[in-house]
Amino acid sequence: MRYLPHTPEDIAEMLQAVGAGSFDELFVGIPPECRRSRAMVLPEPLTEWELNRHIDQLEGRMAVAPEYKVFIGAGSYDHHIPAAVGFLTSRSEFVTSYTPYQPEMSQGTLQAIFEYQTLTARLLGMEVANASMYDGASALAEALLMAVRITRRPKVAVSRAVHPLYRRVVRTYLAPTGIEVREIPFGPHGVTDPAALADAGDLAAIAVQSPNFFGCIEELARFADRAHTAGALLVAGFSEPLAFGVFKSPGRQGADIACGEGQSLGIARSFGGPGLGMFAANMQHVRNMPGRLVGETVDIEGRRGYVLTLSTREQHIRREKATSNICTNNSLCALTAAVYMASLGGSGMRELAQINYDRTEYLKGRLRAAGVKLPFSAPTFNEFVAAFPPGFAQTHRRLLEKKIVAGLALEPYYPELRDHYLFCATETMPREDLDALVREVQS
Amino acid sequence: MTEFPGATGLVLNEPLLWERGRKGRCGFSLPRRDVERAAVPAGLAGDGPDFPDLSELDVVRHYTRLSSWNFSVDAGMYPLGSCTMKYNPKTNERQAAVPGFAHAHPLLPAALCQGGLELMAALECLLAEITGMDAVTLQPGAGAHGELAGMLIFHAYHRHLGKPRSKIIVPDTAHGTNPASAALCGYAAVPIASSARGVLAPETVAAVMDEETAGIMVTNPNTLGLFEENIKAVAEIVHAKGGLVYGDGANMNAVMGLVNMSEVGIDVLHLNLHKTFATPHGGGGPGAGPVCVRQHLEPFLPVPRVRVAGGQYELSEDHPLSIGKLQAFWGNMGNLIRAYSYILSLGAENLKRVSELAVLNANYIKERLKGTFHLPQDRPCMHECVFSDKLQHEHKVTTLDIAKRLMDYGFHPPTIYFPLVVPGAIMIEPTETESKETLDLFIETMQAIAAEARENPDLLRQAPTRCKRRRLDETAAARKPCLSG
Amino acid sequence: MKELSELKFPENLRYAESHEWLGAEGATAKIGISDYAQDQLGDVVYVELPEVGKAFAKAAPFGSVESVKAVSELYMPVAGKIVAVNRALDASPELVNKDPYGEGWMIAIEPSTPDEAKLLFTRQTYLDKLKG
Repeated sequence: MRYLPHTPEDIAEMLQAVGAGSFDELFVGIPPECRRSRAMVLPEPLTEWELNRHIDQLEGRMAVAPEYKVFIGAGSYDHHIPAAVGFLTSRSEFVTSYTPYQPEMSQGTLQAIFEYQTLTARLLGMEVANASMYDGASALAEALLMAVRITRRPKVAVSRAVHPLYRRVVRTYLAPTGIEVREIPFGPHGVTDPAALADAGDLAAIAVQSPNFFGCIEELARFADRAHTAGALLVAGFSEPLAFGVFKSPGRQGADIACGEGQSLGIARSFGGPGLGMFAANMQHVRNMPGRLVGETVDIEGRRGYVLTLSTREQHIRREKATSNICTNNSLCALTAAVYMASLGGSGMRELAQINYDRTEYLKGRLRAAGVKLPFSAPTFNEFVAAFPPGFAQTHRRLLEKKIVAGLALEPYYPELRDHYLFCATETMPREDLDALVREVQS
Repeated sequence: MTEFPGATGLVLNEPLLWERGRKGRCGFSLPRRDVERAAVPAGLAGDGPDFPDLSELDVVRHYTRLSSWNFSVDAGMYPLGSCTMKYNPKTNERQAAVPGFAHAHPLLPAALCQGGLELMAALECLLAEITGMDAVTLQPGAGAHGELAGMLIFHAYHRHLGKPRSKIIVPDTAHGTNPASAALCGYAAVPIASSARGVLAPETVAAVMDEETAGIMVTNPNTLGLFEENIKAVAEIVHAKGGLVYGDGANMNAVMGLVNMSEVGIDVLHLNLHKTFATPHGGGGPGAGPVCVRQHLEPFLPVPRVRVAGGQYELSEDHPLSIGKLQAFWGNMGNLIRAYSYILSLGAENLKRVSELAVLNANYIKERLKGTFHLPQDRPCMHECVFSDKLQHEHKVTTLDIAKRLMDYGFHPPTIYFPLVVPGAIMIEPTETESKETLDLFIETMQAIAAEARENPDLLRQAPTRCKRRRLDETAAARKPCLSG
Repeated sequence: MKELSELKFPENLRYAESHEWLGAEGATAKIGISDYAQDQLGDVVYVELPEVGKAFAKAAPFGSVESVKAVSELYMPVAGKIVAVNRALDASPELVNKDPYGEGWMIAIEPSTPDEAKLLFTRQTYLDKLKG
C-alpha cells in the first residue's frame, strides 16, 4: 500500500530492535479482554482508479451548475473563484502544515493569517479579528457567550430574522448554560423592529444579522444605541460579507462584535462545509475573545515576525476557564478568504459587490413587473423574498424537472410565510438565466 | 558524515499585503456587466473596505513566497505527539474537488443531492464499524466540537432521565479541550491523578464517582502513549452509578482493528479526521470531529440525520430528543469526502496495519532513544512515547532548547510540555507513514542534539539559526498585542 | 530560573503559602507576589486585578497573573476590602518581575481582621517552605 513504506526487512529489523517477535507482542499493553472480538469488516480496498470512478459516480448524482440553475443563497453563495485562489491555497506548504505553535518554521501561515485578521477587521470595520472559527452559526453562539462573560448578564436577545439554522445552533450551545434567549420579531418590511425590544436593561447582547436571512439590510446603528444605553453589546451577524463592499460595515454602525460566515470569499460551497467563521471585536474586549490570534513581534535579530499570542485565553492553557474550547479552527479557509480578498482588492470588492447588487435589483424589478409580489420593502443584497399564490409548490417542482431550483421555500422555517420563497442571484448568474427564471415562474 | 535534512537555501523576503499593493491594480477578472447599475440607498451605503489593490502576479508571488517559509508534512517529519501528522494522500484532494461536491449547495432538495447523502451515510457506517460503535454524526467541525457534542449528549441524557448532574471526571493527562468542553456545558471538572504506572486506577475513579457525576472523559490510549489497561473496570464503576464514559478518540491511530471502543465501555467517542483519517491540517484547520455513540444514546445525536426513506436518502429532523445543531449545515463535507476516500483506499487489513506500524515506529524510537533522554514510563508504548529533559538539566538545557535545535536539523519538534504530568515532556508520535530511514535519521538527530547539549549547549540555546526567523519575542507580543496591520 | 539564594524576601513582609506577600501600612496593607513567584512565572504579560470596593475572604481568588504560557490565580493572604489597585501594571506588567515588592505591588486592602496577618509566614518560615 503506497502510504505504508515498511518493507518486510524493515519490519523484521525493527521488531528485533524493540524485542518483539511479532506485531501481536507489541500490543501486550492491551489486556486480552479489551481486544476486538472480531476483525473489522470493510469494503475491499479500491485502487486509485477505482476510487476515481466511484466518486465520479456519486458526484454524478449532484445538481450543480452549469446543468442546474440554483437560485438559493440562505447562507451558502455561488461566487466566481479565481483560478489563482485555488492554485495558491492548494500549495502543500499551506495544506499539509501544522498549527503554527513553532513560529520560526511557520512564518508563512502566521503572516498570512495576520493579513487575514487585518483584512477581516477592515472589512467589518472592527479593531481585531481572530484567526477563524468553524462557521457563521457557531461564531454567533460564541459571540453571545462572550457577551455574557463580559456583562455577566445571563440573557440575550436574537432577532428572528437571523438565519434560522444559526438560531438553532445558538440554542444548542446555550441549552446547558441557563442563559435565556429572547426572540425579537421582524416587522412587515422584512427587518427587525428595535422598538420591539421593550426592555434591554437585563440583556448581555442584542444579536441582529445584516443582511438578514431575507436579504434585507438592518439599521444596525439603531440597535447599537439601544444596546449601549442598556449596557449591552451589539452582536452584528452576517452570512454574506460581500455586502460590505457597498453597504456600511457593522463596525461603522456601532457593533461590539461582528461575526458570521465567510464562505462567499473564495471558498467553494462544498455541500455546506467547511465554511469560515469570521469573528471580530474591539481591543477593549480582546482578552475575552475566543479563538487563536496572531500578533506581530520581532525576533532576536530585531526582524519583524509573527506568533500566536494571548494564548492564555485558550483551552491548552486555561483549560476549564478558557474563553472557548476551540483548538483546530478553519485556518486554510481563512487563508483562502485572504487570497480572495487580496485578489479583489478594495476597488475590485466595491465593483463586484455592486455587480451583485445590480443583478438582484434587476431580478427583483423583472419579477415585480411580471406581477410577482415582493413583500419586504427594505433594501436587500443578493437575496430577497418573493410571495407567490398558493400552489407555487407545484410550479417549484415542475421547475426542478427543468433543472431550475427556483428559490428556497420559507414555510419550514417561518410557518407564517407560506408560499414565500427566498431567491438569490449573484454575479455568477448571467442575465439570460435571470430572464428565463422570470419567464418560468410566470407560466 | 550523515547529511541531515536541515539546510540553508535562498528563500525570499515578502512584505505585508498592504505594503505591496498599489491603488488601481486588480487581481480579479470582474464579470461583464449585463444589467443596469442600481443605486444603493444613501443612508446605508458604505465606502467599502480599505483593502490593498494588487495585480495577480503580486498575489501569486506573495503567497508563493510565504509558503516557502513553512515546514509541512510534504517536506518533512512532524513527530508531534497526539497530533498524528501522517501523510495526506493526494487522491483525497482530487475527490474533494470534484465539481459535483465542491459546487453543491447544502440546501438542495434531497432528490438533487443523492450522491452527497449516500457518501455521508456510507461514511457513518464505515466509522461505526471501525470504532465498534452503533450510530454516528458527521456534523462537528473539529475534535473539540465533537467533545462539545459529547458533553451536550451527556447533559441531554441525564436531563431526559430527570436527574441532571453537575460534574465530570477529567484525568490529569487530558488534553485541555476536555475540561474546556465540559465547562461549556456547565459541568465542574473533577480532576483525578493517573497512577505511578501512568494509567487510571479504578480505585481513584471509584473514590470520586457519585450520582452527581455525569461521567468521565478518557483518552485511550492516553497522552502518555499508554493503553488505559483498567478501562473496563473504570467504565463499570462509572456505569454502576448511572454515569457515561466519553472517549476522546484523538489517539485512535494506535488501535484500529485491535480494539472495539464499545466493548471496552465507551458510550460516546469522537474521532479526529485530520489525525487518524489523514485529512490535511491546513496550518490549523479545518478538521472534522465525527461523534460515534452506542445505541442508547442515538436519539440525542445532532440533527439532521441521514436516513433512507422511500428508496432514497434524505435528511431527517424527526428526532425530538436531539441535542440540536452544532454547525449551520451538515458538517465539513470536504473533509468527510477525504476521510471516506482514505478508508476506501485502505480497507480493513491495511487500517489494522496502519495501527501496527504506528505502534512499531513509536516503540522503535523509544528503544533507540531511551538512555539518551529520560523515559518516565519504560515499557512498551502505543503510537507515541513521552520523554523528558531530566538528563539535560545538568547542562542547563531545556525541552524548549532541544525543540528549537531540531528545526536546524530539518525536523519539526515533537509536542513539548504536554502532558502536564511529565515536567519538560517531549511527546513523540512518528505515525506509520514515516519510513525506517526517516526514523533512523530522526534518532540520529536527537542523539546529536543530546551530544551538543553536553558539549556545546549554546548551539541549542541560540537555535534555530536556519529558519526564516530566529526565536521570537512572545512576551512583547502578549504585553503589547499588535493583532492587525 | 534563579537559585533560591539569588532571590530576595524582605524581612518586614509576611508571606502566604500561595506566594503572595503582605506589607502592613497603617490601617491598610499592600499585596503582591514574591520574588520566587515572579521568577517561576517568567515574564509577566498581564495582570488581572479586581475592582476597588470589592471584598474577598481569606484565600479567595482576587485576580490572576499571566505569563506567555501560564496563568496563575492570585489568592487573598487575609480577608479584606480592596481600597486601591496598581493600574500601572496595565501598561507595564513587567514591574511585577522587575520590582515585585515595590512598583510591582498589586492591590491595597483594608484587612477585615487586624491580626489575621500574623498567621502568615515570616521570611524565614517561607524560605524554609521553599527549600523543603
